[in-house]
Amino acid sequence: MTTLSDPPKEQFRLSMLLYDTRYRSATIQVIAMLGFMLLAAWLINNTAQNLAALGKPIDFGFFTEPASYDINQRLIDYTSQDSHLRASIVGLLNTLVVAVLGCVTATILGVIIGVLRLSKNWLVSRLMAVYVEMFRNVPVLLWIVFIMAIMIETLPSPRDFRGDDAEASMSLFDTVAVTNRGVYIPDVLFGHRDPETDEFTSWRTGLGDFPVGASESNPACASYFASEGPFAGRPGEGCGTFQISLDLMVILIVLGAGIYGARAIANRADRIQEATGDRPTTWYLRLGVIAVPLIITLWVLGFHLGYPELRGFNFSGGTHLRNSLIALWLALSLYTAAFIAENVRAGILAISQGQTEAASALGLRPNRTMNLVILPQALRVIIPPLISQYLNLTKNSSLAIAVGYMDLTGTLGGITLNQTGRELECLLLLMLIYLIVSLLISGVMNWYNESVKLKER
Amino acid sequence: MSDTHANTVAYVRETMLPQVAPPASSTGPVGWARENLFSGWFNTVVTVISLAIIAWILIGIVPWILSPTWGATSLSECREILTAAGSVGEHGTSGACWGVIRERWVQLLFGFYPSDLYWRPILSFVLMGVALAPVLFADRVPSQLIWFSAAFPFIFPWLLWGGTIWGPLAVAAGFVIGYYVFRILGAATSNLIGLVVGVLAAVIWWLFLSGYVVDALASVLPLGIEEVPSRNFGGFMLSITIGVVAIACSLPLGIVLALGRQSDLMIVKYICIGFIEFIRGVPLITLLFVASTLLNIFMPPGTNFDIILRVLIMVTLFAAAYMAEVVRGGLAALPKGQYEGADSLGLDYWQAQRLVIMPQALKISIPGIVSTFIGVFKDTTLVSIIGLLDPLGLSNAIRADSNWNGIVWELYGFIAVVFFIFCFSMSRYSMYLERKLRTGHK
Repeated sequence: MTTLSDPPKEQFRLSMLLYDTRYRSATIQVIAMLGFMLLAAWLINNTAQNLAALGKPIDFGFFTEPASYDINQRLIDYTSQDSHLRASIVGLLNTLVVAVLGCVTATILGVIIGVLRLSKNWLVSRLMAVYVEMFRNVPVLLWIVFIMAIMIETLPSPRDFRGDDAEASMSLFDTVAVTNRGVYIPDVLFGHRDPETDEFTSWRTGLGDFPVGASESNPACASYFASEGPFAGRPGEGCGTFQISLDLMVILIVLGAGIYGARAIANRADRIQEATGDRPTTWYLRLGVIAVPLIITLWVLGFHLGYPELRGFNFSGGTHLRNSLIALWLALSLYTAAFIAENVRAGILAISQGQTEAASALGLRPNRTMNLVILPQALRVIIPPLISQYLNLTKNSSLAIAVGYMDLTGTLGGITLNQTGRELECLLLLMLIYLIVSLLISGVMNWYNESVKLKER
Repeated sequence: MSDTHANTVAYVRETMLPQVAPPASSTGPVGWARENLFSGWFNTVVTVISLAIIAWILIGIVPWILSPTWGATSLSECREILTAAGSVGEHGTSGACWGVIRERWVQLLFGFYPSDLYWRPILSFVLMGVALAPVLFADRVPSQLIWFSAAFPFIFPWLLWGGTIWGPLAVAAGFVIGYYVFRILGAATSNLIGLVVGVLAAVIWWLFLSGYVVDALASVLPLGIEEVPSRNFGGFMLSITIGVVAIACSLPLGIVLALGRQSDLMIVKYICIGFIEFIRGVPLITLLFVASTLLNIFMPPGTNFDIILRVLIMVTLFAAAYMAEVVRGGLAALPKGQYEGADSLGLDYWQAQRLVIMPQALKISIPGIVSTFIGVFKDTTLVSIIGLLDPLGLSNAIRADSNWNGIVWELYGFIAVVFFIFCFSMSRYSMYLERKLRTGHK
């Protein structure tokens, strides 16, 4: 009888680092790490040497210096005396504005076009196919500069609006002026003021703005800290770091409460339906719960629209959307809509024919089938590629620099970089901010995707 | 009813009726139109609206295109011709001004490339077609042509930029040196050592030795053609050059990155993830800013390399990150059984990738790969922002010319049509390739 013995204990030999798959992966990783660190060290060393030779050590101090350039389209107060930091924030907000506007428009357009592309009507589906191919196969930068050029060259200039038989007229019941200097739309105002004395003409004055970080030494804040006078409690322009519209806050709160109430009523209707089988009619209650408090709030706050008016050679009043914003917004929306349409089409095609047939067997009409059966299921397929389209749109908004819209690339990566000569700092920060924005968008959308995706065991 | 007929059947048909052709209204063009265009009141309304839109566009565009302005040399001359021809619309003259395309199309194609050397870009693009043939249509051309495809990456820059022939030859020699070091050392010791030393040898050759060798050879045997500096490059030639190089380099780089991201080696994996996510998180324009302002700072002091080369590097890295994600999708879509099957056959990692995994994964990801290609080609227009004269950059210059000040549709329309032709044919090719490679149930 032979006795079973342990196999001979293998001795570790150096060559096993190369030939034994158990150890080879460690060798490869060490080599990769070494290579990566060498490359990084080489780059950093070069950068340090070059910066020392140029006499520009890394320094973010320039952010507090005055920017001394103007930004014509902005959300928060800004003058050329403000710092580069504030200019960059204005730019970041502009990026976000165009990204949000573009994402909303592109989604609406894209869903419509994607559904229409699957229409049984041959002509409509062909037209939509032409739209999609036309926008997908031409660079977005070309669309941006093209739309910008068309707006400048073909739209009427403000002086065409003058006179009794003017060549151009304002559209939408004289509320919107479309000119080659941009589009003037009505803006939202609270509290009627006398045009002569600038004093409020009724007790409905609105709540005004709340300046964050206001200081008494700032002359713009004098009226905010005053206890009497026509503008007591109202901050002047440039008071505080930024100002929050209290009117808007109140409206948002009332609106949110209204929606919450409407949902409570709908839930109650659901419970009654489950208990008795009859669903009470509640749509007018739900509408009332949202609309009535909102209208009362708006009236109390003295809500009205300020229409743009032609004064001299230009329009004043209203909100001025620059050509660059409109061109960028339009081009990004139309371009991204073509991609979203394809995603929507793919998502709908991914739902099996049986679902449509089952829905018609239940007696649902085609558009109810689409809304209640197909789209909710297709949504799960559509959302992941939709996330990347939103990211693409946000990143493509950096092309604003081609039409002079002052977004983050135009301020931090454009004029600030050129004025201060701090390429390294500006570009690193620029990339970092875009990276953070991208990660935030994909984080939010992934969270949404988690919440709508099919829950399996 | 049936009761009354049960016993008193007046007539029961005993023969089959002959088949009758379907009614005329449900066949042929009429039937097709009823089915597809006028199947209900709603569809009819939609069809009529669509027809109205198409008619409106055609009425606007056809007379505009057919305007007799090919000979004009300025926008005002165009307007004179149009006024003389009587085609005056409500907003002044209506009609395209094609003179700008006739006068500037050569510039839009070649930029400021010396006009007596136009044969070089033309020849290089023709040769590119020859070199691409064995890659694109592998079953229709002789397979020996693939050797020319391998040599083409060295011929192409030499033809475009000119200079001594020893430069591209020295670059090619680096690959040969690296390959032979890998083969010899790999056979003698292990593949890993061979690979590392081979790469090192090639890098040392390119960075330190090739310069002297090229100088020496060029002084002994000055073979070369006239050099053309990068600032003369422009137009579609520049777009295609950047696009083709970035496409060709990004695919292998993207595959390597995707494999790295999928691998079990943790450090390699995280390096790849970091790279891919960073590049995908920032806009291309910031990377181009890096190319135009920062890349020289990252290099050893005194290096100053060509702006087009810098742009090429950044565009390639950008495209590679997106390509890596597309290929990763293909790898993830492959059933796990394929990996296990390859392992059970005793194939090592690279053999399995080469023979089993990649052919299938790449086939799955063809649509994504081609749409990345199309995206890269479209993104080459961004170089106009950092001052290179691609078609868009040139169009700004042309619009600033006092003769053509105010021209929009003709110029951008021309550029858009050319881009459309390139991108659309790429997407059609991808559909052809998908059909050709489809091995599943038909």
